[in-house]
Amino acid sequence: MNKYIADWTVKENIRIHRDCSFLKLTLDDEIPEIFPGQFVQIKVEDSPATFLRRPISIHFVDREKHELWLLIQAIGDGTRKLAASKVGDRLNIIYPLGNYFSLPEDWDNPPIVTEGALNEAKPLLVGGGVGVAPLLYLGYQLAALGYKPTFLLGAKSIADLLQIAEFEKLGDIYVTTEDGSAGEKGFVTGHSVLQSEKFDFIYTCGPKPMMVAVAKYAKQNNIECEVSLENKMACGIGACLCCVEKTTYGNTCVCTSGPVFNINQLTWQI
Amino acid sequence: MANLNINIGKLHLKNPVLTASGTFGYGLEYADFMDLSKIGGIFVKGTTLNPREGNDYPRMAETPSGMLNAVGLQNKGVDYFINYIYPDIKDIETNMMVNASGSTIEDYVACAEKINTLEKIPAIELNISCPNVKQGGMAFGTNCNSAAEVVKAVRKVYHKTLIVKLSPNVTDITEIAKAVEAEGADAVSLINTLLGMAIDVEKRKPVLSTITGGLSGPSVKPIALQMVYRTAKSVQIPVIGLGGISNWKDAVEFILAGATAIQIGTYNFIDPTVSVKVVDGINEYLDRHGFTSVQEIIGNFV
Repeated sequence: MNKYIADWTVKENIRIHRDCSFLKLTLDDEIPEIFPGQFVQIKVEDSPATFLRRPISIHFVDREKHELWLLIQAIGDGTRKLAASKVGDRLNIIYPLGNYFSLPEDWDNPPIVTEGALNEAKPLLVGGGVGVAPLLYLGYQLAALGYKPTFLLGAKSIADLLQIAEFEKLGDIYVTTEDGSAGEKGFVTGHSVLQSEKFDFIYTCGPKPMMVAVAKYAKQNNIECEVSLENKMACGIGACLCCVEKTTYGNTCVCTSGPVFNINQLTWQI
Repeated sequence: MANLNINIGKLHLKNPVLTASGTFGYGLEYADFMDLSKIGGIFVKGTTLNPREGNDYPRMAETPSGMLNAVGLQNKGVDYFINYIYPDIKDIETNMMVNASGSTIEDYVACAEKINTLEKIPAIELNISCPNVKQGGMAFGTNCNSAAEVVKAVRKVYHKTLIVKLSPNVTDITEIAKAVEAEGADAVSLINTLLGMAIDVEKRKPVLSTITGGLSGPSVKPIALQMVYRTAKSVQIPVIGLGGISNWKDAVEFILAGATAIQIGTYNFIDPTVSVKVVDGINEYLDRHGFTSVQEIIGNFV
């Protein structure tokens, strides 16, 4: 898959949270095919403390409108600068990067569905914090293929739940918050929907402890599971070998072999 | 349009802009962004006799105008390179050169012997300056005797252009340069990364798994420039300058300081097309100042 470098224009910047901006970017040219789970590398201008590009998950792509959506959580100087982008600003972006979430039809052992077609297999998409970002585009693609995605979204508090209205358009939503201000109190892996319903495959993105817990649940219940990692990276294109994750086949770059990994490829203690 | 041709040993460069080992993969990683044939050459990822898994994650820390890395020469070994990578890169229309490293002199020699057989690899850059491996690497490059010894041994088996990459983590880099020149090195390249470290104060833990790592990026440029300047005055062989180059102006500075050619490293991560821009920028500079050849400005500051 070809990679590109271009200046995108900020079309909208909506502050959806104290620390998180929802950016809609546009490009004059055609957008290549982009898959759920891929990411971009954004150059940060006029931020002396920021040297490297910032890798950001793709939240949504609208090829007809030439639009790319991103959620940017302001964590350090670089992301703070990006989150404060103004309408009309130009952002230099390398795209699309990394692999993507796979669909059951691509697997060696697709889930066995007792009645009906493969797309009646039930996907569960588990997101925590700003890790929900890639799950919107994934949910959209799954829905377009006839699957009915279920979202299980976790956050610290009700104010930290991001883009709920967007997710509601695509499937069922279940929520946990650590303080109980919305949905069930606790962590995503404690949600009652995991007991009451059976899912055929799981995708997850969020803080590592959450993904490890989800991976554990998936393994115990013999459910296929893919996680999206966010190891610290420099180049984003497989040149520097900084963002490696230990896998069953050795140290491998998260930016090119990932960010999406099947949990069976990882050496996590689950 | 000035003449940008440069010769280093038997190596002919169409222009003095090269990309630094460890920052440019095997070249192919950048082919979507730029025409690789526009630059003078590419030093591929550090290659060792046997496969190496490299260091544990985390291997990188961003620093003011730079970064620390502690990759630790992760690579699949020279045989893998020859069988699976060389066939894909040998027809790239620029000089594809191998950066070779080792833990022992025997490793360096065996690796160089194998690379010597590859028709389309016109030069080796002998890495005696990697700060991120426990054995070998920088240990060879921080002492005149061991630097001389490894170059002498490799020179016996390697018959094409032999470039030696020097460590800045020494008392006097010109002494090391003179020692490797005396053993038949065709050129020296400098600087490799500077030893550095970073601590995460919230976690009270070093950022890198190895505690210390190699610093690169624009923050090291003035140090690199000074070392290139002094080294170029101390040896007769060509000096290839690198360290923090991020635009044509930086490149011209190194050439004026005495570098015959330059390498672009860390900045490839920020702008994957920077090397082509530097070629164009040098060209415009030469035209603007009325020089007909890049050779006229090597070491030529007033």
